[in-house]
Amino acid sequence: MLAKLRAPGWYRAGLFVALAFAFAYAVVGVARTAMHFPNAWSDGDAITIVSLLAVPLFFLVGLGCFDYWFYWVSGRPTRPEDHSSHGATSWKDYFRVNTDHKVIGIQYICVSVFFLFVGGLMAMLMRAELAQPGMQFVSSEQFNGLFSVHAALLIFLFVIPIFAGIANFVLPLMIGAPDMAFPRLNALSFWMLPMAGLLMVASFLAPGGSFATGWTAYAPLSTTMPLGQLFFTIGVQFAGASSIATALNFLVTIITMRAPGMSFFRMPLLVWANFSTSLLVVIATPFIAASQFFVLLDRALGFQFFNAFVGAGKDGSVLMYQHVFWFYSHPAVYIMMLPGFGIISEIISVKSRKPIFGYRMMAFSLIAIVILGFTVWAHHMFVSGMQSWIRIPMMITTAIIAVPTGIKIFSWLATLWRGVLHLDTPMLFALGFLTTFTLGGISGVMLAMVPFDIHVSDTYFIVAHIHYVLFGGSLFTIFAGLYYWFPKMTGRMYDERLGKIHFWCTFVFFNLTFGPMHVIGIQGMPRRVADYAQQFAGMNLAISIASFALGLSMLVFLYNMVVSWRLGPRAAANPWRALTLEWQVSSPPPIFNFDAVPTVVGGPYEYGIPGAVHGIFQSPAEAKPVGSVATSPTTE
Amino acid sequence: MRKHPIIQMVAIGAIASAIGIALSYWIHWFPADAAKQDKPIDTLYHVLMIVSIPIFVLVLTVILYSVWAFRMRPGQENEDGAPIHGNTRLEVFWTAIPAIILVSLCSYAYGVLTDIEKTHKDELVVKVHAIQFAWTFGYPQAGGRTVVSDQLYLPKDRPVRFDIDTQDVIHDFWVPAFRVKIDTVPGIVTHLRVTPTKIGSYPVVCAELCGLGHSVMRSTAHVMTPAAFSRWLVQKQAPVTIAAGGGGGGGQPSQTQLIALGRQTFTSDGGCGACHTLAEAGTTGTTGPDLGRALRGQSQADIRTDIVSPNARITPGYPANIMPPTFAQTLSAQQLDGLVAYLATVSK
Repeated sequence: MLAKLRAPGWYRAGLFVALAFAFAYAVVGVARTAMHFPNAWSDGDAITIVSLLAVPLFFLVGLGCFDYWFYWVSGRPTRPEDHSSHGATSWKDYFRVNTDHKVIGIQYICVSVFFLFVGGLMAMLMRAELAQPGMQFVSSEQFNGLFSVHAALLIFLFVIPIFAGIANFVLPLMIGAPDMAFPRLNALSFWMLPMAGLLMVASFLAPGGSFATGWTAYAPLSTTMPLGQLFFTIGVQFAGASSIATALNFLVTIITMRAPGMSFFRMPLLVWANFSTSLLVVIATPFIAASQFFVLLDRALGFQFFNAFVGAGKDGSVLMYQHVFWFYSHPAVYIMMLPGFGIISEIISVKSRKPIFGYRMMAFSLIAIVILGFTVWAHHMFVSGMQSWIRIPMMITTAIIAVPTGIKIFSWLATLWRGVLHLDTPMLFALGFLTTFTLGGISGVMLAMVPFDIHVSDTYFIVAHIHYVLFGGSLFTIFAGLYYWFPKMTGRMYDERLGKIHFWCTFVFFNLTFGPMHVIGIQGMPRRVADYAQQFAGMNLAISIASFALGLSMLVFLYNMVVSWRLGPRAAANPWRALTLEWQVSSPPPIFNFDAVPTVVGGPYEYGIPGAVHGIFQSPAEAKPVGSVATSPTTE
Repeated sequence: MRKHPIIQMVAIGAIASAIGIALSYWIHWFPADAAKQDKPIDTLYHVLMIVSIPIFVLVLTVILYSVWAFRMRPGQENEDGAPIHGNTRLEVFWTAIPAIILVSLCSYAYGVLTDIEKTHKDELVVKVHAIQFAWTFGYPQAGGRTVVSDQLYLPKDRPVRFDIDTQDVIHDFWVPAFRVKIDTVPGIVTHLRVTPTKIGSYPVVCAELCGLGHSVMRSTAHVMTPAAFSRWLVQKQAPVTIAAGGGGGGGQPSQTQLIALGRQTFTSDGGCGACHTLAEAGTTGTTGPDLGRALRGQSQADIRTDIVSPNARITPGYPANIMPPTFAQTLSAQQLDGLVAYLATVSK
């Protein structure tokens, strides 16, 4: 038993969680006694807040995320080539600190899909409440909690991490690397995530209910809310730290670990997309961390950052919160979209059997979106009471960012042209994405137009728009990607018929759910309300019914994934006849990805050119006897 | 054979776009059209639809045509498409054209924005005050007095400037029939300009999540003829003052005076009617309980407790923490006495 408590793993993690509570209790007690504060040893709020910070950290230590570094710091022997924590031979290996990017990718995906269903269930509860005007199932307190946790989970625990998960699995294979650049950091990034999610879900148990200020947590509402608010404030810190560490890992991996011959302009567009996303993450994510630390300090320690009514000059700045928050949270919508663009580029090219149309423009438009993405944040604040002139430049940049996005849409369309279209499930989701995302993009341009935005901001038009870009956009690309790489990840084929049923149900009921929301928004129904005027009753009932059908269609997906993973027919190494490197190894790939280091000799999408190859499993010297050019990975 | 499909697609696309645009005019998008600001915004929306629909139809047509014409047929399992890598002219075209369209739309939207936010000389100033979870509306009068109402009354065809503030968190003042909204920001007074043009009653909505009672933070805007508005204002102004008794504040107000002051506090300054229905006062708020029923037979002491510490007793079916706990500070002692006297009388 003692040995189990000393070795990294779940027993030690449990012990450390208990220690974390004791630590929090002691720190609060000692500090409050020293400061002569009342209730020194019995202030539940303070103990909970310190526990929220301590428990995830102690858990990570207990589980063993830091063991190697602790050994190194304390001068004890470390074995850099120790691969005991690498790879999975049984399901148990998925429940420990694992440094294999393929295992971590699947860990990410499974955890994210779990939170997709938790968040989706909350949406079902909300739609049940909204089916009729008046209050039926939940109180207004619970309703505010439901939409807040729904958004927070699906943004921070689903869309962002599942893209990190898919890229974790696929990206090192695509660039011909044996793993990510920092495998131990990769494992740490993953294990921060379930803790962040648990904090957010556990907020429902807090006295006063879960956090209920929306995922935007606008101050000063958020700084005056019950304890549940801090479960979000602190949960986001862990999700954000995870995100930043992963992004750094991707950047270093992409820059330094590409196979010989893979110049930047021979990288598949998925790699370009994750390169761009990672740039966004490392630059922007610290801003949401800051905004939530402000809230934490305001709420827990009374710093008065956002209190405009008391303090020396009554100078708390409410607008500052929104500026800092959106300086992350607008780029965040590209963080939640660019990896999807990468997935769609892969699928449309392979499934049309054609090179991607305008490859360089596709790459440049990603970079353009990264740069422009930092210049549009205040379009979320057209009615916030900020300086009115700022609205004009923000309107123009917001409209202009549609240009690179448009380039991508048109290039995908041109890729379809004169191809040989394989209309299987990944391709159907890709084509569905093109239509729904175009609608989301169009409503985005409408929202850029300040006078129209003044009428519809904070209405159901916004709810419709965000779901057209995040559900019709991101989620469709996620489904496309999961079906597309399912054979590679699991070594088995999914059921094509169920996949198609899933697509058509999702596509139809998605549009029936979110399409009508545009109309009720313009007609005057505000968002984030549990109750609404009688005039919207008919539309809301229709939306609720469609949303339940949409929810049911997700069960088809779940069934297909679970059953196919266990019982599906064995997948070939390259069932899609794709050229990119991940399809040139077995399904699932060998433990260190490549038995021989591949050499990249051509572009990734040379379909239709007889005899074209992207990578060969020969050393650069063999591949190109002249040698010197091909061995340097950064020159073309 | 190469030319044909494109002509066909253009024809089908044009027809589909025309149908889509016709449909966009047929759908009844907007709520009542009750202010000068409405027309320019509604027209902007229709222009956006006219530009957007053909773009969406273009995308959809290309997808559907590709699926129809280029789908894999039996026997093509191992075939590839044409190795087309790009076309610079086409790429320049679909970069430049959207950019031109977008910049034009921005210029047009800028014109609309300056139009709807134009200032006027003879603006009627209305002070909008937000509190969790009610609106009050103040009409500054000559001599520094302000007439306060829990519903919004506006004369037709007179430009109005709203000066908007809040005493707690961020709310958002929105009258969908006027198309414009703005946040109420702690520490800042924000402004909104509207010229009502149509007589009628329209909902006032809080559009920014402000806490538990957000979905019931509603009021009503009444647009009336200038004459009717003046009458209403005069009637509201009829002062309920308590004779100061020659200065020094020694005189005790009579019971009738107290009740009159209480009634005025209930319907105006205190803003009680914004949330509570009370038949005698003619208020119809539904955020809190109907006081005609809830307070029946309650003692004056209990009523006072209900006002100053609202969470002490909660009417079944209503959540705690909705009513502001600050009335002991925001109301004067006399107003509070008046309110208690008034409520005790009307709920007997």
